[in-house]
Amino acid sequence: MRSIRLGAGAGYSGDRIEPAVDLATSGDLDYLVFECLAERTIALAQGARQTDPDAGYDPLLEQRIRAVLPAAFGNGTRIISNMGAANPLAAARRIGGIARELGLSLKVAAVTGDDVLDVVKSGNWPIEETGGHVSDLGDRILSANAYLGAAPIVEALAAGADVVVTGRVADPALFLAPMIHEFGWTVDAWDNLGQGTLVGHLMECAGQVTGGYFADPGKKDVSDLARLGFPIAEIRDDGEAVITKLSGTGGAVTVGTCKEQLLYEIHDPAAYFQPDLVADFSDASVEEIAPDRVRIVGGRGRPHNGSLKVSVGYNDGWIGEGEISYAGPGAVARGRLAIEIVRERLAITGVAVSEIRADLIGVDSLYPGASRGEPAEVRIRIAGRTRSQAEALCIGNEVETLYTNGPAGGGGASKTTRRTIGVVSVLIPRERAQPRVEMLEVTT
Amino acid sequence: MKLRDVAHSRTGDKGNTSNISVIAYRAEDFPRICEFVTEERVRTQLAGLNPARVTRYELPKLGALNFVIEGALGGGVTRSLALDAHGKALSSILLDMDLTPS
Repeated sequence: MRSIRLGAGAGYSGDRIEPAVDLATSGDLDYLVFECLAERTIALAQGARQTDPDAGYDPLLEQRIRAVLPAAFGNGTRIISNMGAANPLAAARRIGGIARELGLSLKVAAVTGDDVLDVVKSGNWPIEETGGHVSDLGDRILSANAYLGAAPIVEALAAGADVVVTGRVADPALFLAPMIHEFGWTVDAWDNLGQGTLVGHLMECAGQVTGGYFADPGKKDVSDLARLGFPIAEIRDDGEAVITKLSGTGGAVTVGTCKEQLLYEIHDPAAYFQPDLVADFSDASVEEIAPDRVRIVGGRGRPHNGSLKVSVGYNDGWIGEGEISYAGPGAVARGRLAIEIVRERLAITGVAVSEIRADLIGVDSLYPGASRGEPAEVRIRIAGRTRSQAEALCIGNEVETLYTNGPAGGGGASKTTRRTIGVVSVLIPRERAQPRVEMLEVTT
Repeated sequence: MKLRDVAHSRTGDKGNTSNISVIAYRAEDFPRICEFVTEERVRTQLAGLNPARVTRYELPKLGALNFVIEGALGGGVTRSLALDAHGKALSSILLDMDLTPS
């Protein structure tokens, strides 16, 4: 029975880098996988690429690759990542440049073809969330990227890539691809693919399965979170897997951490839609077989439905925010008065705010009605949606003027504006997306 | 007794839909959790969000439930005006549920 070792080097774009270096150095890994592409990131990255044809990949790509590449390459660990974002080809060239500087001869593969903007613009596809159609978005559409499956990554690995960099690919597929490549699972080995997807899903958020995002002191204690170790999956060719981490690192791998991650961002556990299959986690089980070693079995699968999900990013205007704090007796009442004043000021001055939200941080900002009693201090926050940045700025300005025009004792005002990218989903026939693999060879 | 005393939880989000797991610490508590933590009671607990729909899925092998709460996140993380645009805090709000029948 063959087995391989996969590590997760990042669970999101801004993740810590040292745990990945530890894995590259001491993990004895066959593959190190970095999941770095959030839902709206690609739309922002498309904007960056439009102003600079060499931009549009992950902003931490350079730092991350430079940190892990020497050890990974030296240990024969291949790297897979979606850090290509809106520009996998430019990302591959940059990785090639870093390799050259480091004196490493290797092959970097770029997976493209997830960009289906032309396909989406050429048809009036129904929007899943709104019941409307793509045409409703008009010229506000910024990007359309299909969630590709494992196949092009498998192709790149078969062609000998040391590093594979992709754009939009389903997160678990980044991990499923090396299993398919190593174990020769066929495209209709549904239960193997389902189990592999389950393992990929457990790994894709990196530290979230090793005790990150888990601690609740007194109920769920986790040691040494400042040195949290990222996960390793030991996978057998029948799919059975053990989730573990490097000894000496912080965190913990337990049935509890694995169960939380198993259900994370899952809807119907029996129907987890992926580009390669419909995965079924409903019969999965987890078992601790040793400290920090949890065995995962029971993932299954069945044929995909012939469609690919496409994330469509569109220009959604601006959000303006302002905050200010009140303390001591009557803080909540002064905060409420401050909110009323800002609402009235926005009306008086005629700022076009299409949607507004006001929070008393410490009272009701995370959940309405959660408050119990009067806090010693409170921070008000007002956020509104506008068409332009100038209007968005007015919201923060009205909060700031509370200093000299509002209730007593307000302090610490701050204001921000930010562009918002809306994201909606459409389904396209899978043959409308045509993944491609381009190989870059670096010789020194 | 609070749900927090017998179960733990994590919230995820996909667009404007939140999912909240409820995982029994001990297998013997799972039947009682199933009986008590119904779609109705979750809807009541999260009434402040005014969700469009609450659906419960059961995973007996894991001793876990998964609640899918549609229309709960103010448009989803990319455009929500909420401070917690992901709705990450909702697991803690759900665990505050009183397990003693009223």
